[in-house]
Amino acid sequence: MPRPRLAVVKFASCDGCQLSLLDCEDELIAVAGAVEIVNFPEASRAIKPGPYDVTLVEGSITTPHDAERIRQIRADSGLLVTIGACATAGGIQALRNFADVDEMVRAVYARPEYITTLDSSTPISDHVKVDFELRGCPIDKGQLLEVVSALLAGRRPVVPGHSVCIECKLAGNVCVMVAHGTPCLGPVTHAGCGAICPGYDRGCYGCFGPADTTNTASLAAWWKSLGASERDIHRAFRTFNAATEPFRREADLHG
Amino acid sequence: MADVRSIRVEMLARVEGEGALEIDIENGAVESVRLNIFEPPRLFEAFMRGRAATEAPDIAARICGICPVAYQMSATHAVESIYGILPSPEIAGLRRLLYCGEYIESHVLHMALLHAPDFLGFEDGIAMAAEHGELVVRALDAKKTGNALMILLGGREIHPINVRVGGFYKVPTKAELAKLLPGLARARDTAVAMLRWAATFEFPNVEGDWELVSLRHPTDYPLIEGRIVSTSGVDISADEFETVFQETHVAHSNALQGSVRARGAYLTGPLARYALNFDRLPAHIQALAREAGLGPVCRNPFKSILVRGIETVYAAEEAMRLISTYTQPKAAGVKVVPRAGSGAWATEAPRGMLWHRYEVDDEGTIKTARIVPPTAQNQPAIEADLLEVARLHVDDDDETLKLACEASVRNHDPCISCATHFLKLTVNRR
Repeated sequence: MPRPRLAVVKFASCDGCQLSLLDCEDELIAVAGAVEIVNFPEASRAIKPGPYDVTLVEGSITTPHDAERIRQIRADSGLLVTIGACATAGGIQALRNFADVDEMVRAVYARPEYITTLDSSTPISDHVKVDFELRGCPIDKGQLLEVVSALLAGRRPVVPGHSVCIECKLAGNVCVMVAHGTPCLGPVTHAGCGAICPGYDRGCYGCFGPADTTNTASLAAWWKSLGASERDIHRAFRTFNAATEPFRREADLHG
Repeated sequence: MADVRSIRVEMLARVEGEGALEIDIENGAVESVRLNIFEPPRLFEAFMRGRAATEAPDIAARICGICPVAYQMSATHAVESIYGILPSPEIAGLRRLLYCGEYIESHVLHMALLHAPDFLGFEDGIAMAAEHGELVVRALDAKKTGNALMILLGGREIHPINVRVGGFYKVPTKAELAKLLPGLARARDTAVAMLRWAATFEFPNVEGDWELVSLRHPTDYPLIEGRIVSTSGVDISADEFETVFQETHVAHSNALQGSVRARGAYLTGPLARYALNFDRLPAHIQALAREAGLGPVCRNPFKSILVRGIETVYAAEEAMRLISTYTQPKAAGVKVVPRAGSGAWATEAPRGMLWHRYEVDDEGTIKTARIVPPTAQNQPAIEADLLEVARLHVDDDDETLKLACEASVRNHDPCISCATHFLKLTVNRR
């Protein structure tokens, strides 16, 4: 039986999520044996054309050319999986969605006329059908291996949609909000990282975006009672997953 | 009739980010070489305005998933310079230790998986593993040790969460750090083995005449602290960077290009650090370099794999030294009190010097941000190399020419994702 053909492609992003695959030091050789990696420019100059059985997509859509390119990649792909906050939510660069992008381009580039960019950064699902979304800024490599293994086995990946709070309880962390009065986005943030920040005496800052069910208004009130300013609350929701509906809406109410 | 040959490398592989190459050849002579960066602009310097300066390390990290520690260190120290915070020796030591983790991870990834395949004729590190399995397995183990250091000190290897303005959120115990020592000793031995292995490769006989630029520290091999110096006599503080260096914007690229105002192209990165700081390496590491065929200055960009090997040995040994002398500080950091001002800082990312400047108001809100990543600084030097390599291979077939040019770019471990603010190969033969 031929091995499934895997592609890893990139749009606007930092390369960190695809690096997660190369960071699977113990599993990399086995993964490369289980699938045929046919298009992964960060790792190999052997770039073969589609079709691909599974395509991992990193990054968000920010240029007219990329908006076209994702359609071709979708057409070439059996299963299309988005990896990371950029591809699933627009990423940090979606902060442009709330600002004047022409002014931003002028602020960074001496010759703005050389730059072609869209006035928004949008997730892949705004453009094409996505078969599975893996969250995180960056993704968790354990979850990445779970998704690849599940797809190879023909089953649905086990990636829970509950909040970071559950992971904190599982890890036996002391609640930083209750015990230390540290504002934390954990109650509204999608699990997946393993509750790293509270384990380091830090409040969660929302890398994995909104959990499946959120009560952002209640959390914002808690933050206020702990001394957070309206601007702090606005900034917390308007960072790596700013363009997701629950975080966008809550940020709009503060500032 | 003019002899027209047209070659394109649409997508440069085994680099971080998206770019391509374009070469114009007319009547068998290379006319020009262009590195196109089509990595889309993400506009960090624009959207960092209005954010808290204390958010700068976490936000700046997202510029690059390959060297997030570099971004966090340059941002953190730039903001601390504004706020009058001087890290304690224990905090400074932990930050250097975290940076050693990134050096080991990034350099071993580049040497084994991205660069070595060019010398041995493989498409990638995984294909290379079929013939050089033991070495690839050892390299992956060393890479994992670098990551383990970042996981312990940073919380995770990509976009660590534990760095903050004023220190860390939480500091490790000596016992937690000591557990990393056996892995670091193995990583050190692996780096020596990789260096000796790479020293047997055949290197094209090319030398770059670029001005070399790096940090220099009074006593240490530079990572986080030092003055900016060059082989042409530059010796300035990070605050003075813009008086000597400039970024310009060219039509073929989404990246800005760095140059020395008075002279032109310059190079940062392993070759520059090594040449300007050879005397800061311990004698036994200098001896290892000589054994691998390196003098105190190396200007052959293909031999950068050897210099990365030397730096990996250094990083592993330095990490072991920092762990053995570590005393856990009572506090993970100091309280941060915002004040208005501006401050600049440069640190040495594995692929070159990374300079940040922030201007902050009295509430600690960023008014302006400016970030000059290594690959933007190196782009003109990389193009100069390409011109020489293309001329060397102009009579070869297209595939050989293409491969030589790609390899020439990979010599510099460019990170295109951060240079957008880098690359496509098109060869036009007329």
